Amino acid sequence: MRTARKIAMVVIAATLLVCLNAGFLAPAHYAAEFREAPNAAPSRAHWLGTDALGRDLFSRLLYGTRISLLLAPAAALLSTLLAGFIGGAAGYLGGIWERLAMAAADLVLSLPWLFLLITVRALLPLDVSPLISLAVTFALLGGLGWAAGARVLCAGARGLRNADFVLQARISGMHGLRLFAVHVLPNLKPVLCAQFWISVPVFILSEANLGVLGLGVAEPMPSWGGLMRELESMWSPLHEWWKLAPLLLLVAVTGSLQLLISREELTA
Amino acid sequence: MSTKKLSGSWVLAAGRLMLALLAVLPFALPGFAQSGELRFSLHNEPTTFNPLKVEEDAADTIAYLTGGVLARVNRQSQALEPALATAWKITDGGRTITFTLRRNVYYSDGTPFTADDVAYTVRQLMDPALHSRIADPFRTGSGAVQTKMPAPGRISITFPAPIVGLDRLFDQVVILSAHSPNKEMAVLGPFYVADHKAGAYVLLRRNPNYWKRDAAGRRLPYLDSIRLDIQPNRDAEALRLRRGEIHLINALDSEYYDRLAAYVPGALHDAGPGFDTEQMWFNQVPTAPLPAYKLAWFRSTAFRRAISEAINRADMCRVIYHQHAQPAMGPVSPANHFWFNAGLHAHPYDVQSALRRLQREGFHQQAGSLVDREGHAVEFSILTNAEKKSRVQMAAMIQQDLAKIGIKINLVTLDFPSVIERITQTFNYEAVLLGLVNVDLDPSAQMNVWLSSGDNHQWNPKQASPATAWEAEIDKLMRAQASTMDARQRKAYFDRVQQLVWEQEPFIYLVHKNALSAISQSVVGAQPVVLRPQTYWNIETLQLKDAAGGRGH
Repeated sequence: MRTARKIAMVVIAATLLVCLNAGFLAPAHYAAEFREAPNAAPSRAHWLGTDALGRDLFSRLLYGTRISLLLAPAAALLSTLLAGFIGGAAGYLGGIWERLAMAAADLVLSLPWLFLLITVRALLPLDVSPLISLAVTFALLGGLGWAAGARVLCAGARGLRNADFVLQARISGMHGLRLFAVHVLPNLKPVLCAQFWISVPVFILSEANLGVLGLGVAEPMPSWGGLMRELESMWSPLHEWWKLAPLLLLVAVTGSLQLLISREELTA
Repeated sequence: MSTKKLSGSWVLAAGRLMLALLAVLPFALPGFAQSGELRFSLHNEPTTFNPLKVEEDAADTIAYLTGGVLARVNRQSQALEPALATAWKITDGGRTITFTLRRNVYYSDGTPFTADDVAYTVRQLMDPALHSRIADPFRTGSGAVQTKMPAPGRISITFPAPIVGLDRLFDQVVILSAHSPNKEMAVLGPFYVADHKAGAYVLLRRNPNYWKRDAAGRRLPYLDSIRLDIQPNRDAEALRLRRGEIHLINALDSEYYDRLAAYVPGALHDAGPGFDTEQMWFNQVPTAPLPAYKLAWFRSTAFRRAISEAINRADMCRVIYHQHAQPAMGPVSPANHFWFNAGLHAHPYDVQSALRRLQREGFHQQAGSLVDREGHAVEFSILTNAEKKSRVQMAAMIQQDLAKIGIKINLVTLDFPSVIERITQTFNYEAVLLGLVNVDLDPSAQMNVWLSSGDNHQWNPKQASPATAWEAEIDKLMRAQASTMDARQRKAYFDRVQQLVWEQEPFIYLVHKNALSAISQSVVGAQPVVLRPQTYWNIETLQLKDAAGGRGH
């Protein structure tokens, strides 16, 4: 298991290293169209061939990986913080606050998030740059993804509410936010970490789902989801095997993240 | 007694034998091909079997295959031909049409066809409670539609106001039965609906009473049945054709066309440019929530012309449509033989000319960006529907093309209902890229698009009075063409409309997609055309090779 985790670490580190240096490593800009060579097979000029508009797929994969791999953790961080605050506070306070928070979490979990995302995205102004649209997409994902984590953290905080050290802190005059920040939250840290690592692949896949529907990251900016839309037009993986590269990378990265989560969960 | 009984039973038996022989004989004759089941897909569940309430493709397909009409547009020659009516005459300045009906015609359930049925159909069609889309072109004036039967087998229909191209409109009007207990399920077309399993299939069987015969006097149609499988997924549809499970695909995407070419090359047909257009337009609605300077750009003819010239349409045709499209020059495709203005040519791709036009309007380059005379950087968004991959690709190509003249484009993809809401309700958009489906050859069907007061005058709809001189001229020309019965004069008016649209470019027409289809080589007699339904327009004469005794094309 230890070897597998080491391999997972290497995969994630190598992927991050390569995609962070996309500007140096990519042979072309992700939006550059080589219109004389659309849907080209891999060659010296285009290592992973080109897409339907003649854009270099290797370059797009590097930039797309950067976007998906940096913004998914950002969305995971946002959702974990929200879950920690809402779930932790609800569990710590108990009573009506806990019931209210859990009712809100149940409501969010029961919402058809895909339709909600589509609706919210349709309400956004149109004259925003692709970068802002990208940030908004992931912020929406993060903002809507707190509920499941909040339930776990609420249960964790509830267990701590009457712990000996918390009671002792109360007796010694510590109350409210300070008690929560100093004694409860640090004890929830392992659960928060586990929630964060669990969320990262979820958000990568969520963006991929939106991308496959054509509603993810705006063109011409690439993302794993957008790149996998190319697979829609594949009948035989054997004929155009190179187009599977984003899918394979997604599987490798999310698989590696899952291996890392196991460790965090053990710690938790 | 016994002899009498015997002779009676012998006569009965002989009669039965004769009937059986008569039933079997046609199939035994060489060359007779009344057999076989044609299969193809519907992309959605038909919402109705009432042909007057048709709103979508599936119901339209069933109405075409089962319905009988008074006159039918030949999809190949584009000429109007007699069907249930053997002749017709338009009088009263285009208000009245008198049909002479075919005799000895029966519905699929044996009910005779009479002028009563035509009168009943017209009453049903024009009933406002039915909300029939087919009735819209007939509603040119207020007042009731009158029907009269001047003689047996003749019927006159008088409308409150003249209607141009009146006779051709009857191609869409399926005649219902006034007296059949089966209501709209009793049909005069080549097939009738025999079975329907929601979400799975619709089974049509040959109408034994269909009036049409082939040149040899044999009763049509040749096919026994048609199975329409409900299959919304285009990939699955293409795979099924490849496996030989279905025989036809209409309106094939170029992407599928090329993929199928590797497996069933002989089954593919490119009938040339179709009637549909893909176009882009700028929001010119005065009340739109846009900055005044952007509205000023969008209202400038020079700006629109420059954008048009900076778009490489030839590349779009080659890269996205793999040469199965042609650069568009206007609203009418060259496939529309009569109405197309042959004097027009596609706008050239000329970046330098585009820049010169912009410079004359006060635009100039600043640090690689185009700015207007007030110093605003030229940047706008192009909205399109996310579901249509080819549109997203076209928008991405436009983004790259316009970057060459310093214009920054934000490409926004939304779901189709959100796009429609923005272009028809809130007007909260800058530019949009969408397509227009043209099912009618006559320009009168586009009145709602070209009249400045029209709901579908998309760049600036429902104007109280025309915002520009050229829109006023288009209004005048469209009304003039709709009020004369002289086809040549109408053509002259509409040619001028096309010329004005070409000059002003309220719509920047991009491409006419080719009419692509796939027809299995086991189908005999198919002649794919541009007009819908492309592949089965001559359904009565289609046969299946195996069923037809191995006869080929």
